[in-house]
Amino acid sequence: MTVKTKSLSCPNCGGPVALRGFAHTLNVICPQCLTVLDASTPEVEILQTFQAKQRVQPKIPLGSRGKIRDTLYEVIGFQVREVQSGDDFFSWDEYLLFNPYKGFRYLTEYNGHWNFVRVLSALPEGAARSGRRFAMRAQGVTYLGFDSMDARTGFVLGEFPWQVRIGDTAACADFISPPYMLSSESTGGEITWSLAEYMDGRVLWQAFQLPGAPPMPSGVFANQPSPYKGSVGSVWRTWLWLNVALLALLLYFSVTSVGHEVFSQKYGFSAARANEAAFVTPDFNLSGRDSNVEVAIKTDLVNNWAYFNFALINEESGQAFDFAREVSYYRDSDGDEGSPNNSVIVPGVPSGKYYLRVEPEMDRGAAPVSYQLSIRRGVPNNTFFLIAAGLLLIPPIVKTVRRSSFEAQRWRESDYAPMVSKVGTGLAALADD
Amino acid sequence: MSAPAANCPNCGAPVTFRWSSAVQTTCEFCHSILIRTDVDLKKVGQVADLPPDASPIQIGTEGAYQNKSFVVIGRILYEYEQGGWNEWHVVYNDGTNGWLSDAQLEYDLSWQRALPSQLPPVNQIARGGKFQWDGKEYEVTSLTQAHYKGVQGELPFQYWDKTDLLFADLRTSGGDFGTIDYSENPPLLFLGRAVEFDDLRFKNLREFEGWS
Repeated sequence: MTVKTKSLSCPNCGGPVALRGFAHTLNVICPQCLTVLDASTPEVEILQTFQAKQRVQPKIPLGSRGKIRDTLYEVIGFQVREVQSGDDFFSWDEYLLFNPYKGFRYLTEYNGHWNFVRVLSALPEGAARSGRRFAMRAQGVTYLGFDSMDARTGFVLGEFPWQVRIGDTAACADFISPPYMLSSESTGGEITWSLAEYMDGRVLWQAFQLPGAPPMPSGVFANQPSPYKGSVGSVWRTWLWLNVALLALLLYFSVTSVGHEVFSQKYGFSAARANEAAFVTPDFNLSGRDSNVEVAIKTDLVNNWAYFNFALINEESGQAFDFAREVSYYRDSDGDEGSPNNSVIVPGVPSGKYYLRVEPEMDRGAAPVSYQLSIRRGVPNNTFFLIAAGLLLIPPIVKTVRRSSFEAQRWRESDYAPMVSKVGTGLAALADD
Repeated sequence: MSAPAANCPNCGAPVTFRWSSAVQTTCEFCHSILIRTDVDLKKVGQVADLPPDASPIQIGTEGAYQNKSFVVIGRILYEYEQGGWNEWHVVYNDGTNGWLSDAQLEYDLSWQRALPSQLPPVNQIARGGKFQWDGKEYEVTSLTQAHYKGVQGELPFQYWDKTDLLFADLRTSGGDFGTIDYSENPPLLFLGRAVEFDDLRFKNLREFEGWS
């Protein structure tokens, strides 16, 4: 036997009042005169008449049907819930959804942020608190205390399976684990727990086949999933792997491409004959594209120093690269200081025929030194790898900063915002329970 | 399932039982409330017209829970200030019985339990009270003062002349559900679970205009 829909006439204005919730409907609001009526008895008693300052038009009209999570729901009720706290006033919209088999669900909307809500049958428990935040646990998930408030029903339309009046107030508290939010509502000492899941308005507009586009969400909502969540971890993981690859590359180059030696020669120097210090090497060829040239000095210095002035000179053009290196090496019973060897890398040397002008200096009276000069073309340069590693840091740092600013924006709206001194006493009471 | 047949002492219509342990039933034709005695059926009252209700369940609805199929054979209808709810009496395919409650389309399955000794008397039960049963902590989440609105079909006990009743509903963190029914002294205890509509694989439900 099919259960029939029915309708009433409003005892206040005589207008027709359609019922969509069958015998579940306890109270219905006349769409013409906004009188709250008792739909549970044939007498249709007037429960409340109110003059709305402004008639609110629900963004999803009553009677709209749409599938959410594979279940078809019809919008049968709508209320605006208002919060006045000091000079602060805000409100959110609440839609009552109905399916004659699966029951009642809710959609809430605040500043373009939508949530799909259902009442919980399992009882959440107070959980260990972190800092001064209270937390609740429900079905294995921990929800962090977010805020608490007294919400007042400011406007109603449609029908409800419970008593509803303008001016009804409930103490509400929210706990979050994005994209979920656990909420409690307490009226007359009885607490109802519900679980909300954040939804994209565009998904709802499509589900309910609504014209136009949903309102643009503004700000960050309590349980809005962070677009950076997860991706931050993966960006850092990627960074780690790129560094491993970079290190492998560095190792590969330091093993395989030690550059090729273009010149090597042993020399001796005595400070006593300092006036003959400067000399030039024979010519050598630097081939290939512009690349670096390494000049390595290996000495037999002990407890002494030497200073080498160099000029790498292109024989054809006369272009000169001037540079210098000190070699100093001291050792005693305490250990070593410095090194008998040193090297210098001259970057960006064009190809051509070159010679090196060398001018060693030492203390007058120092023991003679013998040293070997080796010149290599195209040696791997570790600084490039360091720069690359530095550049690789940029994306994960940017993502991390964006994520934390998203989270900061989220918590700015909570009772735990740094600038707000109000402490979530409602949350404390619940979590202590 | 045995179906002992008898005739209604009021109108003479045949009365069949789907469940051999049923104690009470209602005549489908004249709505007399009939109590089973050793020899025959005795009329003890008359069901007033049940108020319209929108439960999708009806006498004869079938379902299954954890691989045990059941059929709905009776109900008790209650009303309170925030609406009404049905306690559907179900009998499983192994001959045991239980209850399926439908309160504004939130469903719970429960079974009557032997009374633990520590149940508080009616004037001492309070919201927030806690009980340990089966190793779980049940908390009293609501106290409901209800009116008995009527009965239909087969019930496991006599239940037809109640007026104002107090129910204490209990929940656990794991989705368990309990009810203490203070309509009797000592009270009755039912324990069970909150269930989803889809979990019960229903057949033979009512249909709703505009929802086929």
